[in-house]
Amino acid sequence: MFLHSLMLLFSAIALLSTALLALWMLLTRQGRQAMSVTAVGISTLRQRLGMSSVIVIGIAGVVAVLVALLAMGDGYRETLSKTGSADTAIVMRGASASEVMSVLDHDSVTLIPQTAGIAKDAKGQPIASPELVVAANLPMKGGQADDEGSVQLRGVSDQAWAVRPNLKMVEGRKFTPGMRELIVGKGAARQFAGLEPGHEIRLGSQLWTVVGVFSSGDAMDSEVWGDAGVVADTYRRGSSRASVTVKLADPAAFDAFKATLEANPQLKVDVSTTLDYFSKQSEGMSTFLTIIGIVVGSIMAIGAIFGALNCMFAAVAARAREIATLRAIGFRGLPVVVAVMLETMLLALLGGVIGGLLAWLVFNGYSASTLAAGSVGKLSFELRVSAELLWVGLLWALTIGFIGGLFPAVRAARLPVTTALREL
Amino acid sequence: MKYLHLIWAALFRRKTRTILTLVSIIAAFLLFGMLDAVRTGFDQAGNSANGAERLQTGSRLSFIQTLPQSLEARIAQVPGVKMVTYANWFGGAYQDPHNQVFSFAVEPNYLDLYPEMEVSAAERKAFDNTRTGALVGEKLAERFHWKVGDKIPMQSTIFPNHEGSKNWTFDIVGILHSKDKKSGGFYDQMFLLNWKYFDETTPYNRGQVGWYVTRVTDVNQADRVAKAIDAISANSDHETRTQTEAAATANWMKQLADIGLIVSSIMGAVFFTLLLLSGNTMMQAVRERTSELAVLKTIGFSSQSVLAMVLAESVLLLLLGGVLGLGLAMLMVGGIQAKMGGAIPMAPVDAGIWLHGLLLMIAAGLLVGALPAMRAMRLNIVDALAGR
Repeated sequence: MFLHSLMLLFSAIALLSTALLALWMLLTRQGRQAMSVTAVGISTLRQRLGMSSVIVIGIAGVVAVLVALLAMGDGYRETLSKTGSADTAIVMRGASASEVMSVLDHDSVTLIPQTAGIAKDAKGQPIASPELVVAANLPMKGGQADDEGSVQLRGVSDQAWAVRPNLKMVEGRKFTPGMRELIVGKGAARQFAGLEPGHEIRLGSQLWTVVGVFSSGDAMDSEVWGDAGVVADTYRRGSSRASVTVKLADPAAFDAFKATLEANPQLKVDVSTTLDYFSKQSEGMSTFLTIIGIVVGSIMAIGAIFGALNCMFAAVAARAREIATLRAIGFRGLPVVVAVMLETMLLALLGGVIGGLLAWLVFNGYSASTLAAGSVGKLSFELRVSAELLWVGLLWALTIGFIGGLFPAVRAARLPVTTALREL
Repeated sequence: MKYLHLIWAALFRRKTRTILTLVSIIAAFLLFGMLDAVRTGFDQAGNSANGAERLQTGSRLSFIQTLPQSLEARIAQVPGVKMVTYANWFGGAYQDPHNQVFSFAVEPNYLDLYPEMEVSAAERKAFDNTRTGALVGEKLAERFHWKVGDKIPMQSTIFPNHEGSKNWTFDIVGILHSKDKKSGGFYDQMFLLNWKYFDETTPYNRGQVGWYVTRVTDVNQADRVAKAIDAISANSDHETRTQTEAAATANWMKQLADIGLIVSSIMGAVFFTLLLLSGNTMMQAVRERTSELAVLKTIGFSSQSVLAMVLAESVLLLLLGGVLGLGLAMLMVGGIQAKMGGAIPMAPVDAGIWLHGLLLMIAAGLLVGALPAMRAMRLNIVDALAGR
C-alpha cells in the first residue's frame, strides 16, 4: 500500500514537472534558450555514441530486471487472487491454515450444506461442494526418472463445477464417478509428465487414467481432480473431507452465514469467502517477491546512477568549450543545467523503454512455478508485465537519469567561462 | 610488480571518474555476492556429510500421507541400517495460524541421528523426562523471545488435542544449536516435541508416522538399503519411497524455485552492463593518455609492457571494486541471516564464492582492458606525440 502511494506521488511529480517544463520552454526567454542548447546537445549525441549507449544500456538492464522480478510477484498474486470469488465461501475445520491441514468429519460434511444462506440449484439442492485435498507425487516433465514433484490432488463431486463456473473442460471428458479417473489442470499438465488424456499414471500402488484437461485461469489450473470417494479410498480418508465450498444465496449475507455456522455447537469451523482465503495465501510470497525485486533493482540502480554520472561528467567535459562559448555570448546558467538534465533524462527514457520492452517481450506470459504457501503442490503461474509495471520501470529510469544528470549539469553551469575557454 | 605505483597513479589520474566507476563495480559485485550466496544456499541445503548417511522414507503417494508405526521394527531389521527413528508434522503456529513454525513430533532417539543439532546433555535429559517438553532452535527462540523454562501456548494447524482444541501447551526445556551454519541453518528454526505427548494427546494420529529417518552403517550401501526398505511395503496400501536426505532436500529446493536460472539471468544483465561501463572508462583513460603512453614507449618501454600495464590497470580497477563489493556482500549476507534466520536458504559468503568472484573480476578486467590495451600497444610514437 505504501509503495503504491509512493508510486502515485512519483507519477504526479513526473507528469507535473513535464507540463511545467514544457510551458517554461515555450513561454520564457530562458526556456527557449534551454530548448536550443538541448537541441545542440542531442544533435551531437552521435559523436558520443559509446558513452550515451552506456547510459541507455545500463538503465535498460536495471529496468528489465526490475520489471521482470516485479512481474513475477504480480503474476503470482494475480493467479491466486483470481482464484475464488466473493459469492462463494469455504468452510474448513477451525484454526486450519489451509485446506490440506483441515479435516471435517462426515457429520460436519452433512451438516454444513444445511446451513441457511446457501444458494439452491434447480432441483432445490444446496450448492455445496465437499472436497478432499491431498497431494500426489508425480514424475516431473523434463526431469530424470526419479525426479518427482508434488501436485495438489482434489477429490470432488459434481457440485465442484457449480461453485466454480469459470472452470471449463478443454480436452477429453470429465471423470466418471466411482472410477479411478483423473482430470488435470492445464498448468499441472504442463509441469508433470504423462498428464495427457488416455495416459495412465501411478498413485502409490494404483493405476489411474487421465481422461481430460480443464482450464480455469487461476490456481486450480495447477491441480489434478478425481472423484472424492475414490480419492478418499486411495488416501484412507474414509468419509472425512477437507473443506466444503458453498455458493452463497446472497454475497452480502456472508457475515450472517459465517455467524450461523460458527455459532453451531455441533461444528468447529472457520469460514471465509474463497476470495479472501486465496488472497491471504498469496500475501507472504508476493510481498517477498516484490521486496526481492526492489532490493535487486535498487542495487543495480545505484550502479547505473554512477555509470550515468560518469558518462555525463565526461560529456560535459568534452563540451566544456562549447558550453563556455554559449555562456560567453549571453546564455544563462539555468538553460545549460536544464539542457544537460534533459539530455540525460532523454537517454534514461530511451533505456527505460528498451528495458521495459525487453522484459515484456521475454517475460510476459513466461510460466514459472513454486511451492505455494498453503498448498501442497507446485503452483504454476505466468509472469505478467502490465502497463502499470512498465510505468514503474519508466519512473525508475527517469529517477536514475535525474540523479545521474543533476551533478554534471550543475558542474557545467558553474564552470568559470574563462577557464573553460582556455581548456583544450 | 615494480610498476604497481605507476599503474596506480594512472588509475587515479582522474579521481572522479575512477571513483564513479568503482562504485558501479562495487554495486555489481555486491549483487553477485548476495545472489551467489542464495544460489549456494539452495545448492547446499541438506548437502552435509551426515545428510548422505541418512535416508528418508515417506509415503510413495505423497508427503502428507502417513505410514504405520509398525514399520519401524521391520526397517530396523534391514541389513545395513544402524538406527531408525520417526517423526510427524505438527504444523505448529505461534499466536497466529499464519505464523508457522517448523515443528515435528519426534521419537526420543531422533536427536541421535542428527549429531549436527547440538543440545546439552542436561537439556536433552530434561526433554526426555518432560512430557510436554520442547526443544527449540536458537534463532526461533530469539524470534519469539523464548527462553528455557518458559511455558508457551502453540496452535497446531493440523492436530486438535483430545478436547478438540487447537491450543497445546509446551515447556521449553532446551535450545538447539546447529553445528554447521552453512548447510544446517534450518535447524536453528526447528521446534521439536515429544512423540508420546503428541500421539497420546491428539485423537487424529493414532500411531501414524509422517516419515522415517534411517542412518546407514556405510554410505556406499545407501542405495541398496533404500531399495530394501521400499521392498518391505511393496504392493501394500502404504508403499514407501526412500531417498537420501541430500536427494530429498535437493528435490524440494528445485520445486521451490529454479534459482539457478533466475540468478544467472540477473547476473547476465548486470555483467553485460558492467563490462560496457568499465570498458568505456578504460577507453577514455587510454585515449586521454595517448601522449603519455607515447612518452613511455619513447623512453624504452616495449609495446608488450605497455599492453601489460593497461591490462593490469583494468584488472586492478575491477579487483578494487570487486573486493570492496564482495566484502560488502559478506557483511550484508551476515546481517540478513542474523535478522531473518532460515527464511531464505542463504550460504555465507565463503571461500568458494570469493574464488568465483575473483576469477570473474580478473576475467572481466582482461576483457574490458583488451581493446584499450591493444590500442595502446599499437600506438605509433610519432603520431601519438603529434596528437594525430
